[in-house]
Amino acid sequence: MRRPGLLASTWVLFRKDLLLEWRSRARVNALLFFSLATLLLFSFALGPDTALLRRNAGGYLWLALLLASVLALGESFRVERENATLEGLRLVPVNARAIFLAKAVANAVLLAGLGGLLVPVLVALLDVRIVLPVGQLLGLILLGCLAIAAPGTLYGAIASHARARDVLLPLLLFPILIPALVAAAKGTALVFEGDPMGQFPSWVALLTSFDLIYWGLGVLLFPRVVEE
Amino acid sequence: MSKPVRIGFVLFAIALLVSGAWIGLAWAPPDREMGHVQRIMYMHVPAAWMALLSATMNFGACVSYLWKASWKKDAFAEATAEVGLLFGTIAILLGAIWGRPTWGVYWAWDPRLTTMAILLVAYAGYLALRRFVDDPDRRAVWSAVVGIIIAVDVPVVYFSVKWWKSLHQVQSTPRTVDPQMVIALRWNAFAFLAVLIVFLVTRYRIALAARMRETTVPDAPAGAREAVAS
Amino acid sequence: MEIRGPEPIGCKNCRTTGSLGANGTWAACVSRRFRTVHLSSNDVELAPALHLHEVSKRYGARWALVRVSLTVRRGTALLLTGHNGSGKTTLLRVLATAVRPSSGKVEILGLDAALEPERVRAQVGLLSHAHYVYEDLSGLENLLVLARLLREPGSAATEALERLGLSPKDDRPVRTYSAGMRRRLALARLFLKRPAVALLDEPFVELDPTGVAELEARIRELRSAGTTLVLATHHIEQGLQLCTDRLHLEQGRSIAA
Repeated sequence: MRRPGLLASTWVLFRKDLLLEWRSRARVNALLFFSLATLLLFSFALGPDTALLRRNAGGYLWLALLLASVLALGESFRVERENATLEGLRLVPVNARAIFLAKAVANAVLLAGLGGLLVPVLVALLDVRIVLPVGQLLGLILLGCLAIAAPGTLYGAIASHARARDVLLPLLLFPILIPALVAAAKGTALVFEGDPMGQFPSWVALLTSFDLIYWGLGVLLFPRVVEE
Repeated sequence: MSKPVRIGFVLFAIALLVSGAWIGLAWAPPDREMGHVQRIMYMHVPAAWMALLSATMNFGACVSYLWKASWKKDAFAEATAEVGLLFGTIAILLGAIWGRPTWGVYWAWDPRLTTMAILLVAYAGYLALRRFVDDPDRRAVWSAVVGIIIAVDVPVVYFSVKWWKSLHQVQSTPRTVDPQMVIALRWNAFAFLAVLIVFLVTRYRIALAARMRETTVPDAPAGAREAVAS
Repeated sequence: MEIRGPEPIGCKNCRTTGSLGANGTWAACVSRRFRTVHLSSNDVELAPALHLHEVSKRYGARWALVRVSLTVRRGTALLLTGHNGSGKTTLLRVLATAVRPSSGKVEILGLDAALEPERVRAQVGLLSHAHYVYEDLSGLENLLVLARLLREPGSAATEALERLGLSPKDDRPVRTYSAGMRRRLALARLFLKRPAVALLDEPFVELDPTGVAELEARIRELRSAGTTLVLATHHIEQGLQLCTDRLHLEQGRSIAA
């Protein structure tokens, strides 16, 4: 019996994670409506000056995604704790790195999908224009969600085994994500308002380097997190 | 460290601190622009340095622990995180106190101050994690992982805040420094270093004692027999 | 049902590949800390299925296992008894390499569990309290994930399900399963893997008498295929019928019965 390599295992587990997310799509829907509710909350808390709201729309998008990510990541690992499936995977044996990659990518895809769906909401609710090409916005959203997913998956694994896990995950995650949040929000603001000074690529570069560093750390450290 | 050495060192640290306070408050000249308010720098800056030094030591302890586990390293990591958090909080509070008369505000999004604030929240999370994990082995491994991630994040945070801030007006801190001020700063830096060492050693010993208590070894029974499937 | 052997590897020293011999023994190359050592078939024939030497496991301040040593020969079945909290589950988890012992040596089929956990895991199947299945997926979907990770065809998953009396066409999520069906699904996972060593942690709980009889039959099947078995159970009567040897644990210490 030859075991599959890292990429093959990752692919199998990624499909499994997507299937799980699809099976619980009621939860995913709830997540979407949670994000909508968050955007409404921001609008009410900080409105009704529409010019102000429009200017800050980028920030609101990423705050909403960040809050939703805590719920999504928590759920992603609650599923694994139910029947100790994470241990079951380790004992197959599956390379722990494959588990990390699959889960992190699945979480990133889920969040990016959510982000994509929120864009038209922003356009409608806050009257934003998309000045730069839409592709750039979608790419930025994907990069930002990758940035959330990597440390989020790592910390999600840790928090799911600790007490007070609902508080611990955001407490651990948010400080780490501040650079990514800054870059993503600024980049999104540029997409909505135009980029006369050509700063967009720099923010993308910051976000990309953040992604590389944190995906590298995640792949490196995740095996230590799940071993006993 | 034996007890007399420890007590001696504590006294030494106190002496340094007291003399440093006198040097900073009385001996050093007042600043040309800011006047006596500037004197708070003699505590604010060393506090910040000690916080960063602690954070660096924490990173070292975390990496070292993952390389080869030992309770001493874990205890040291716990000590550096907590003491670093303390010094960082002092640094930020003093910075705020200085900021009010100087800039007119308690807080400005200065890159260094902002990075320090983020660092403090991150280490508060680190300590919360340690509090919420009961098994000592997993607690040690997980907090080592978290410590490493925090440490790697610090330069990224600093750089991104600096960039973010540079799009708006820059808070400059020009420094042409009187040699007496330099001496005062250095003296207080050493005083703070001595205090840091005292706190770290004490906190380390507490943490190590807690680890030992959590993991005491029972005596193996004299007659544990090998069971062989015949 | 034939048991898998270890996957063939090449020894740097002699380029010999390991393979399962005719009588179920094998010659193999084993890596020991950056070197590859060629074991002669004599060495390997004598290697027992399980060998623990002075294994202890600490959880916090509590010692779940204290210097347990045991040897189990291939093809035999060990009955593991003891009160709740005596360390049976911990012992099985140590054997499955789910946890690393705090001290002591664990050797499975001649492989050192500390040095080569992945190779050991490929040969060991654990039926634990937690069933390792996803509640939202159906039985077949769960087994297909495992099959793909084992590089087995999808038909193997269907076969394993049918063998345990579960319908592959049933696409209800595991959440709706009864306790007996869950146990059968967990066993199906074990049968799909076909390990050389099967560790069963209290498999008879929550089963009605029919379920118990079926499970006994399955265990006999495993044994007749040559699987080495460790069975932890309170149902001593069943255990004694199915097993060749017995080990009793009390407060983490082994007491030969």
